[in-house]
Amino acid sequence: MNLDFAPEDVAFRDEVRTFIAENYPAELRGKQDEGEEMSKEDFLSWHKILAKKGWVAPSWPKALGGTGWTPTQKYIWSEEQARADTIPILPFGINMVSPVIYTFGTDEQKKKFLPATYNGEIWWCQGYSEPGAGSDLAGLSTRAERITGDDGKEYYLVNGQKTWTTLAQHADWGFFLVRTDPTAKKQEGISFLLIDMKTPGITVRPLITIDGAHEVNEVFLENVKVPVENRIFDENKGWTAAKFLLAHERSGIAGVARSKRGIERLRGIASTQPGDDGEPLLSDPMFKRKVAELEIDLTALEYTELRTLAGEAQGKGPGVESSLLKIKGTEIGQRLTDLVLEAAGHYGAPYFRGFPKEGGNALPIGPDFAARAAPTYFNMRKTSIFGGSNEIQRNIIAKMVLGL
Amino acid sequence: MDFNFTEDQTMLRDSIARYLQDRYDFDTRRKVVASESGWRPEVWKAFAEELGILGAPFSEEHGGFGGGAIENMIVMEEVGKALVIEPYLSTVVIGGGFAKHSGFAGASDLIGGIIGGETIIAFAYAEPQGRYNLADLKTTAKKDGAGYTLTGHKAVVWGAPWATHYIVTARTGGSQKETSGVGVFLVEASASGITRRDYPTVDGSRASEIQFDNTPGILIADDAYGLVEQVTDEAIAALCAEAVGVQRKLHEGTLDYTKQRKQFGAPIASFQVLQHRMVDMFMNLEQSVSMTYMATLKLGEDAEERGKAVSSAKVHIGRANKFLGQNAIQLHGGMGMTDELAIGHYFKRATMIEGLFGSVDHHLKRYETLSFGKAA
Ligand SMILES: Cc1cc2nc3c(=O)[nH]c(=O)nc-3n(C[C@H](O)[C@H](O)[C@H](O)COP(=O)(O)OP(=O)(O)OC[C@H]3O[C@@H](n4cnc5c(N)ncnc54)[C@H](O)[C@@H]3O)c2cc1C
Repeated sequence: MNLDFAPEDVAFRDEVRTFIAENYPAELRGKQDEGEEMSKEDFLSWHKILAKKGWVAPSWPKALGGTGWTPTQKYIWSEEQARADTIPILPFGINMVSPVIYTFGTDEQKKKFLPATYNGEIWWCQGYSEPGAGSDLAGLSTRAERITGDDGKEYYLVNGQKTWTTLAQHADWGFFLVRTDPTAKKQEGISFLLIDMKTPGITVRPLITIDGAHEVNEVFLENVKVPVENRIFDENKGWTAAKFLLAHERSGIAGVARSKRGIERLRGIASTQPGDDGEPLLSDPMFKRKVAELEIDLTALEYTELRTLAGEAQGKGPGVESSLLKIKGTEIGQRLTDLVLEAAGHYGAPYFRGFPKEGGNALPIGPDFAARAAPTYFNMRKTSIFGGSNEIQRNIIAKMVLGL
Repeated sequence: MDFNFTEDQTMLRDSIARYLQDRYDFDTRRKVVASESGWRPEVWKAFAEELGILGAPFSEEHGGFGGGAIENMIVMEEVGKALVIEPYLSTVVIGGGFAKHSGFAGASDLIGGIIGGETIIAFAYAEPQGRYNLADLKTTAKKDGAGYTLTGHKAVVWGAPWATHYIVTARTGGSQKETSGVGVFLVEASASGITRRDYPTVDGSRASEIQFDNTPGILIADDAYGLVEQVTDEAIAALCAEAVGVQRKLHEGTLDYTKQRKQFGAPIASFQVLQHRMVDMFMNLEQSVSMTYMATLKLGEDAEERGKAVSSAKVHIGRANKFLGQNAIQLHGGMGMTDELAIGHYFKRATMIEGLFGSVDHHLKRYETLSFGKAA
């Protein structure tokens, strides 16, 4: 047992660090610093740079564009991205639907979707949740019926509603779970469809979240014709693909590297923000203790993740530990935003969305970091709800790990 | 011992509750929040004329109903339940409090204006460098003939865009953090030398940064740190009452939602883990009510007892707001995240109340100092 990185890992870290430093777009950095909302092009700009370099999909099989990195290297990669505070690569295409396509898809499907997804030419959204089907995803009711089109080809006619669909406003394609056999048992009548978001009958309506952002949407499907060849895997076997995907969704969800970076930022903030006595907040024993506790909890999470990684390197799949990583990772991320808001003091209150922080007259409105403190705190509440809520994750551990 | 409301107090509560139910529904509030002015002067007018609640905590000789802190508590709880934006706290509780306790020459006029609804007050006490320390003041007041002129930057002045007057803390003497030399001034919003920068707040209200530059002001009280603490304590007790209203809605809304929402073929309220969570929310809420009563009833005690009571209430309320707010969102699932439902707005207000007039840490420290002494 030892905690050291091998020399080749250290060399790898330096290589990655240099690459990010030399290639990360400066405009993007500026927008991030200003807390501006990211456009589709912003999200894709870093994606495309990494695609060119061959690093956008480290976890894919090497033959398809994966990097073939060891788990340690992947870990270093995520650490370095967080350290440099790069914009995250959106998971829907690279980490979610692609593994389903290369595991369950036909050769045509692989050819059509994988390279385009890799290169950032297809923006994917995830159409799973419905108003009536959240935690109980298998309760979904969006209906897909087989029909023969006027052109003599086979289609699914899809009717129903999806909701909470992240960034569907930008999506070119969506992967959807639909009910193809309403008479079968819940999990057994579901199919996995890829749907072109430009198909007639699809309406995307924004849902504004409590932080004021347009991040999620409702997606209405009304007589949407989907060619049968856009089904992944067998009809009525979509649940198998969906479950496989959920396992992928959870890995990396601990966000250790991002939280580390967040704590560093918090320490920076608290060492300049004044406490009640005018000294830096970080020298206030009460505030300092909370930061210390957060760091210790993050260390516990980090070493749990490292143990999981080491296990993976020896061929054990990401198991139910992923539920632990998800619960603890999201709780830590949320506490972090809570402390940033606390550090902002009075200046946590001003709200700037759709409202210029600069301009008007010159009176400054608090320190820069404070402008995003409350919205970020509000927004991060989502992390214990999505990706399998933290209650559901605890149910999983109770059942699968503890055998209760 | 008696924790019952009098008949008049019950009537006060019922009449404001009824008014808000009819005229202050969530959708209307959303539209008002998004409007240019961000509030409804006609609601304020109704508070003054139709309901007469702006006189609730003032003595009869001032033209009020002869009530006090309990009346403020009653009104503020309803303010919390309906997420009322109009500035009862800064105008009636704080503005009224300074007028009542100082008895300065203009006190009667000021109270008359408050009761009549013509005078709206914002409390300009915080400064960019000062965090929650009420004595950390760089704003200065210079004697100028019969009056004073003020110069300095006041931070996040809630309700300032709507105010006719500001109550401003400023130094007549002493150094930046000293408790001596703190003066309290009344400044007209239309006075010279004021630069204001207005903005919305995350919970749907409005506030401003205000720069005073040789702005004329009337002295309410000099060397008045004790008065500032007293009125701030009264404001905190009233804010706790608002928090109780907010917490009731967070709890009730979550109970209702989880009873209706079905997953896995059952109302999610039937899952034991969620039941226990809602029980914990309930216990937090009940103790918030207790602490609010306690603090309100102790506002008349000496500064130390009063301070301990108010700070302990604020500590509990701050924690309970967080617990109830976060769990209300969590138990609503995705629905908790949307701006279209009221629940998220109660969460946002609860979050802001956590920090107003001092965080949990600030009041824990104040309690420790008052209870164990400075040396401890
Ligand atoms: C910001 C955001 C982005 C999202 N993005 C997407 C997306 O891109 N695509 C997509 O398909 N979905 C997305 N979702 C939806 C997300 O997956 C669901 O919100 C989640 O599955 C929870 O479902 P629900 O919201 O219906 O809550 P519910 O399932 O109704 O849960 C409500 C509460 O009940 C609890 N609960 C439910 N069942 C149990 C149980 N058996 N035991 C104990 N407690 C239980 C939950 O933990 C929660 O606290 C997103 C959600 C959010 C908030």
